[in-house]
Amino acid sequence: MTEDKHEKRRIHWEKTRTTTFIVLVIWFVFAFILPWFAKDLNAMSFLGFELGYYFVVQGSLIVFVLLILFQNLRQDAIDDEYGSGN
Amino acid sequence: MSVEESDRSRSFLDNLGKVYGVYTLGFLGFFILMAILEQLGAGARTIGILFLLFTIVIYAGIGWLSRTSQVDAYYVAGRQVPALYNGMATAADWMSGASFVALAGGIYFGGYPYLGFVIGWTGGYVLVNSLMAPYLRKFGCYTVPDFIGTRYGGNLARFLAVLVLVVASFTYVTAQINATGTIASRALGIPFGVGVWFGLLGILLCSMLGGMRGVTWTQVAQYIVLIIAYLVPVIWMSNVQGFGVIPHFSYGDAAQRIAELEAQIGLQPAAEAVAGVRVLTTPHFDPQGGLDSWKFVTLAFAMMTGTASLPHILMRYFTTPSVRAARKSVGFSLFFIFLLYFTAPALATLTKLQLLDPTLPTAVVGQAFDTVANLEWVKNWSAVGMLAVQDQNGDGIVQLNEFFMRPDIVVLATPEIAGLPYVISGLVAAGGMAAAMSTADGLLLAIANALSHDLYYKIIDPKADTRIRLIVARVLLIVIGAAGALVASMKLTGILGAVAWAFCFAGSGLFFPLVLGIWWKRANRAGAIAGMIFGFGSGSWYLYMVYNGLMEPWLGVDHLRFSVIGMPVSLIAMVVVSLMTAEPDEEMQAMVDEVRDPTGPTILGQEH
Repeated sequence: MTEDKHEKRRIHWEKTRTTTFIVLVIWFVFAFILPWFAKDLNAMSFLGFELGYYFVVQGSLIVFVLLILFQNLRQDAIDDEYGSGN
Repeated sequence: MSVEESDRSRSFLDNLGKVYGVYTLGFLGFFILMAILEQLGAGARTIGILFLLFTIVIYAGIGWLSRTSQVDAYYVAGRQVPALYNGMATAADWMSGASFVALAGGIYFGGYPYLGFVIGWTGGYVLVNSLMAPYLRKFGCYTVPDFIGTRYGGNLARFLAVLVLVVASFTYVTAQINATGTIASRALGIPFGVGVWFGLLGILLCSMLGGMRGVTWTQVAQYIVLIIAYLVPVIWMSNVQGFGVIPHFSYGDAAQRIAELEAQIGLQPAAEAVAGVRVLTTPHFDPQGGLDSWKFVTLAFAMMTGTASLPHILMRYFTTPSVRAARKSVGFSLFFIFLLYFTAPALATLTKLQLLDPTLPTAVVGQAFDTVANLEWVKNWSAVGMLAVQDQNGDGIVQLNEFFMRPDIVVLATPEIAGLPYVISGLVAAGGMAAAMSTADGLLLAIANALSHDLYYKIIDPKADTRIRLIVARVLLIVIGAAGALVASMKLTGILGAVAWAFCFAGSGLFFPLVLGIWWKRANRAGAIAGMIFGFGSGSWYLYMVYNGLMEPWLGVDHLRFSVIGMPVSLIAMVVVSLMTAEPDEEMQAMVDEVRDPTGPTILGQEH
């Protein structure tokens, strides 16, 4: 493997790791932190839902779908730029 | 591939949109035909039978057309499944009889603590997408143990992965065969014991001839049926009862109204319990923080990590044409799953409100006992012991704690409560059957493939030729299916208990060996073996102790979430043992680099 290709692969993995880390942080917030504080969030409301309830039955689910979409677009861009392109 | 087989396959793949479009229209046409038959006076029984037979004959037809004699078609559908269709197939593979039949009922009765399942069974896909699926697709394995066995090397690691897979998937599949038996026996009017074997026959017709290819294309068809069957009744009910055209975004008021009513009426346990049915005692949504929150997040955690470790799900992503398509299909999968999961809480809320709110015509609670006991749907479900209304305090009025229901029937009874025609109930039965069959197919195939590919071909007889391998795979499918049906017919576990256990077994034994195999180059064979043995072992031990009452659960970690114990043990064992032993050789480390690169050929060959 050439030196250039090696370097490209290193950057590719670094960027992939960063993206994955960001995705997992957002995931953690919507999967655990918000449901944990459902009682406090319920003091607020959204679209006629108590907010804590909304996240658990709908909001977090929508975020998960969008999160995968975001990751895939980002990862596709990383692959296009730094993939070894065989 | 024989010329005839390859031609058949290509013309099918070129016309997927047309084929499934016609199929969907055909199914809707059949639904309308049944509605007309009902108006002409056909009985509920006839309609139920026609729904079930019509759909099963179609699945069997697809199974027959997908027959194959190729190893890669049998194991990974020839890696030709476009992302969109793989998303639908995964959604059907994923949403079991439990999701379809029991989820809304669970939310109805379980309140906040139960909603941990909803978060867990959707959020898990973020883990699948970011940690697992694309890398396993790049690897090019046929089965999940195939990855463990190749990445770490050696038969012991492979064998342990097969063991965890079999225990987790078998626990799960008995619950699914049980569900097919329940639905078949109710719709066809045959005994449960016979219904189970009937269900198994349907399941095998889809998978036996075509393996993964057959299962893929039947699962797409089953997803279409199950999602129509779930959404149509809810939206219809919402329109008939005046809750809005699309209820999903407007039931917040209904939930708040329930909270008011609950405060007014009071949630009391029944004066006298009735076997097999229960009254509502948990508030609709009233999180208390503290231990309540802890229980929620531990359940969600166990379900999410289980999602990312269950082989019948991961293997679906081996079938896409590329790494990128694998990622894309995870996105589609979660979207298609989301459609059902964000409907279930709406269904539970609106059904509960209809029963509770005295200002609605459907109300039951607070009404005269004689009126309620004579409602058609109350009589029907009481007759089969799934519902009971008893005037226990003798005041002639139905109180909340005098109205007993089995959680499973919330979805099935909703159309009747709302006064919809019977054709809707037939549709729901077909949807439940599709959900249970598709999951059972995926699970049976995961087990049989691991045994035939990893145990038989890779460990016992590496020289076996293709013909023999595929015969072994099919014989195993029948044997395991029969074993599952036998266990199901003994009715050993409730549907939900068994499903949650499967997630915990998979998480305890497989999560870290899979994740670290990709994300930590230093992970080696000894570490992976220790991770599987100690994780799976400690989790199983904890389940045994807590379930049998030999030990108090630690911090409320009960038998439904035992991977909260098994997984940390697995992680520690794997890291410690890996660090204590020699690092993997250069070839292995290069292989990990190769897995992380989304381009280039797979690690394992097209046929191996």
